[in-house]
Amino acid sequence: MIWVDTLVQGILLGGLYALFAAGLSLVFGIMRLVNLAHGDLIVMAAYLILLLVTLLGLSPFVAAAIAAPVMYLIGWGLQKHLLNRTLGTDILPPLLVTFGLSIALQNALLEGFSADSQRLPTGAISTASLDLGVLTVGVLPLLTFGSAVAVIDGLNQLFYRTELGRAFRATSDDPITASLMGIRPGNIFAKATAIAMLVVTLAALYLGMRSNFDPNIGPARLIYAFQAVIIGGLGSLWGTLAGGIIIGLAQTIGAAINPEWQILAGHVAFLVVLLLRPRGLFPRAFD
Amino acid sequence: MSLLTTKGLTAHYGDFQALFGVDITLNEGETIAIIGANGAGKTTLMRSISGVLQNSPAMITLSGQPIGGLSADEILPLGLAMVPEGRRLFPSLSVEENLLIGTYGRKVDGYWTLEAIYDLFPILAERRTNPGTALSGGQQQMVAIGRALMSNPKVLLCDEISLGLAPVVIKDIYAAVPKIQASGASLILVEQDIGQAMKVADRVYCMMEGRVTLDGAPDSLSRDDIHAAYFGVSA
Repeated sequence: MIWVDTLVQGILLGGLYALFAAGLSLVFGIMRLVNLAHGDLIVMAAYLILLLVTLLGLSPFVAAAIAAPVMYLIGWGLQKHLLNRTLGTDILPPLLVTFGLSIALQNALLEGFSADSQRLPTGAISTASLDLGVLTVGVLPLLTFGSAVAVIDGLNQLFYRTELGRAFRATSDDPITASLMGIRPGNIFAKATAIAMLVVTLAALYLGMRSNFDPNIGPARLIYAFQAVIIGGLGSLWGTLAGGIIIGLAQTIGAAINPEWQILAGHVAFLVVLLLRPRGLFPRAFD
Repeated sequence: MSLLTTKGLTAHYGDFQALFGVDITLNEGETIAIIGANGAGKTTLMRSISGVLQNSPAMITLSGQPIGGLSADEILPLGLAMVPEGRRLFPSLSVEENLLIGTYGRKVDGYWTLEAIYDLFPILAERRTNPGTALSGGQQQMVAIGRALMSNPKVLLCDEISLGLAPVVIKDIYAAVPKIQASGASLILVEQDIGQAMKVADRVYCMMEGRVTLDGAPDSLSRDDIHAAYFGVSA
């Protein structure tokens, strides 16, 4: 029974990693931009939620709802005024600029909030659980996983069923021809990053409620997110969920064997997938 | 009155100058053909007019308004659309999505709707859910033309719509041209296939090495004139 529990916990943890990764996957899928500051933006959003919770005495969920539009605007401005300038045939500038942004964000958060670990106050929900007979599942992990599925499904609907989604795909295929259709690629990219920041806010909410955070944990979140995206196959959102679940499963199984192996097991799983399926589990047909 | 003009249009790719003062006029309701060999500057001219390449504002005017400095996404809403060389359909979009993207972000009124495009090219209705790039070359060209028409442009630029297609397919594509003309659009056809272009055009411009070397009504130009303007040597 302990193994069933481990597997379920692993899958649910994968939901959190999928939330970390969904925004990264969206942005990469549309503009081939790997945002190395993605993890730090999650941490920044967590601090924004914390600030609203402590200053206004709101519940974390309400605070996240207020933080989301703020993050949306930050994402839009960031892409429009900084990251768009780095896009081009050379893949190095976006990496360098987002790496610099990552360091700047970490230091700004350190300056503003100190290196102390923080946590979002959760009340009863953090210990609430559902008794399923054979095993007991925490409400918060279940909520995280449900949110991840909802986010991935929502992004897929947006991508494949809306006019904006069509423009996302067209611009991703061929920005010059897209501009002949009256689409301004820079604005499309800004909207994509803005939407990614909405997902980042949700990821920050669950990160902050489930564990401690401090200004330096961003890069590790980026690595989990990046691994989930690569395992799933670049540009596939459901693949990203699968990638998150694989990392989550590997980590909990590793931890069940030996607590020291948790993080290592996740990285090993990533390397194994990379060896066997270098393009990920669900690569796009054309690339 | 003239709908679209270029005046002393120049264009550069880095240090390489591709156009040397090109003057073109397209009048309302007219179809002009631009012919010339590979490298004559025809596609560069199309890229300049459509805004893919930017120029000094006054070098290109549309309905009297200078558009030379505008980008492609700013020019399209003013009523100028292009069928780009090589069709360039979006591979991740279906046939119907490729057509719909032509009206992105705008409510467009006019003759050309999805139904009108399917009426013009019935085969596309059957293939509406296929990926655009799964079609034959001729069908892809139909999608590219339909996609540009969806914005109901006043001016439609067609860059080498016969390129790489079998003669029988070219005939099918050109059969659509009179219907497009009848819808009120003015056309610029860029062609290496002189015969097709001359049949539907009111006037012809011949280009060589970035300059216009000859222009006039198709029946006013002799074979020798065209030959000289096209290749730079007399027959």
